[in-house]
Amino acid sequence: MLACEICVIGGGPAGLTAALHAASLGASAVIIDRNDYLGGQLIKQTHRFFGSKEQKASERGISISRELSLAVEKEKNIKVLTAATALGYYKDGVVTVEKDERFLKIKPQKIIVATGGAEKTLPFPNNDLPGVYGAGAVQTLVNVYGVKPGRRVLMVGAGNIGVIVSYQLLQAGMEVAGIVEAAPRIGAYWVHAAKVVRAGVPIYTRHTIKGAWGKKEVEGATIVELDEQWKPIPGTEKDFAVDVICLSVGLNPLTEILWQAGCAMKYVPELSGYVPLRNEYLETSVPGIYVAGDAGGIEEASAAMMEGALAGLNAARALGYSAPDFNSRRANILRELESLRSGPVGEKIRKGLEKVTLTERREMRSGLSNLSLLTSNF
Amino acid sequence: MRITEHPILDFARGKKIKFTYNGQELEGFEGETIAAALHANGVRTMRESIHLHRPRGLFCNIGNCSSCLMIVNGKPNVRVCVEKLQEGMIVMTQKGKGELKC
Ligand SMILES: Cc1cc2nc3c(=O)[nH]c(=O)nc-3n(C[C@H](O)[C@H](O)[C@H](O)COP(=O)(O)OP(=O)(O)OC[C@H]3O[C@@H](n4cnc5c(N)ncnc54)[C@H](O)[C@@H]3O)c2cc1C
Ligand code: FES
Repeated sequence: MLACEICVIGGGPAGLTAALHAASLGASAVIIDRNDYLGGQLIKQTHRFFGSKEQKASERGISISRELSLAVEKEKNIKVLTAATALGYYKDGVVTVEKDERFLKIKPQKIIVATGGAEKTLPFPNNDLPGVYGAGAVQTLVNVYGVKPGRRVLMVGAGNIGVIVSYQLLQAGMEVAGIVEAAPRIGAYWVHAAKVVRAGVPIYTRHTIKGAWGKKEVEGATIVELDEQWKPIPGTEKDFAVDVICLSVGLNPLTEILWQAGCAMKYVPELSGYVPLRNEYLETSVPGIYVAGDAGGIEEASAAMMEGALAGLNAARALGYSAPDFNSRRANILRELESLRSGPVGEKIRKGLEKVTLTERREMRSGLSNLSLLTSNF
Repeated sequence: MRITEHPILDFARGKKIKFTYNGQELEGFEGETIAAALHANGVRTMRESIHLHRPRGLFCNIGNCSSCLMIVNGKPNVRVCVEKLQEGMIVMTQKGKGELKC
């Protein structure tokens, strides 16, 4: 059994920042990630980020992840376990981990869950055929391993991820037959969308995928137009000969460990799924378990890093570590988070967070009893 | 299919290594996942579904969905999207739930 002060589950931007901030106060941390590299989703982001300079905007995600990983490697208070999957959390506070076919037990004093999110799928005939991928999955193949999964792609979903990945597939030499979006307008930032449109990729708004076809693998897809009630309009079907269909219809927070630990959870559509209730320190209803980044609600990398910083500082503080400038550091992070979430862009997130951020432990407990019916099914 | 030219990225590929897929000898690079090496060789089908025997391939590529389970060196249920390729690996399509032979 490995005893440690803080165990950070997930080595994406949230987890890495959490460990760095905790270590900066003198606490020691162990980071666990199931990949054999650190950086999470950032490792495949080759585009320049949006956001403000302080949150590392205009840098590419891939360089941010390199910077964070290097800083973590240099920090002697941080131990990194890669190719290690956190399997479970037990009542006595033990986290179990599989690494190199061995079963490890870790007993931390505090846990920061920064497991990120997983791509959603979409129901349509033949959605299980080889050739139907999550957009992020194809992005990893192409940008991390330099391997193309096919020649011609249909992208489903015109949010930032769908549009950005489409552009990156063009850069990799694949053909993008079209981008399909059920809403009347695209969700992506116009800077990114303009690039794919200039490259000649048609965007079909108010359309959805009706089905995929192919004997053993994807050979094509049919799309159909939607009316005002989002119902398919018969006779508007269009066929595309494609060998790859990418689904970019959002992510779900990865929360298995939080469920298992008995954290009070709530379904919040604005945060893309079930997420844990938390207080302003990002501590969940189970004392000593914190959440940060996409695991607590799908947002973006800059917010994930800020939340990581906050959870890291708070967990270390709860262990008795501090620094003369602790309060001002924490206040700065809170201000940055607030500015990230300000304005119309942040409205959805603000609304979502309002539903799960509780200011008093007492409130959290009453939230817990309301939700006990729900958690007891698990 | 491997990308040979890219406007932003350089792919630092490891040593060339050999492995077999359903008995057929294929090549891949050290440091890549089994799934990446198979895709580079045009193989996108990893297993057969348990009940309806439908072909299944990669979906999430982060070790989360279990769509990509294969038999590797005799061991079933290996998620090839996160398992690294090694010299001489024996990779087979998985049918059914897989059996552990001790
Ligand atoms: C295509 C695309 C484009 C994007 N573009 C932008 C952008 O321009 N600007 C921006 O700000 N954001 C962008 N984002 C979003 C950003 O990448 C994510 O919001 C951010 O990575 C979330 O960070 P995280 O640390 O919470 O999670 P992740 O980066 O998802 O990291 C989670 C980590 O946890 C690990 N993990 C999960 N479960 C376990 C377990 N049980 N055991 C061990 N390890 C586990 C995973 O392997 C992973 O490494 C983009 C995302 C995508 C997919
Ligand atoms: S593709 Fe999802 S686990 Fe491998």
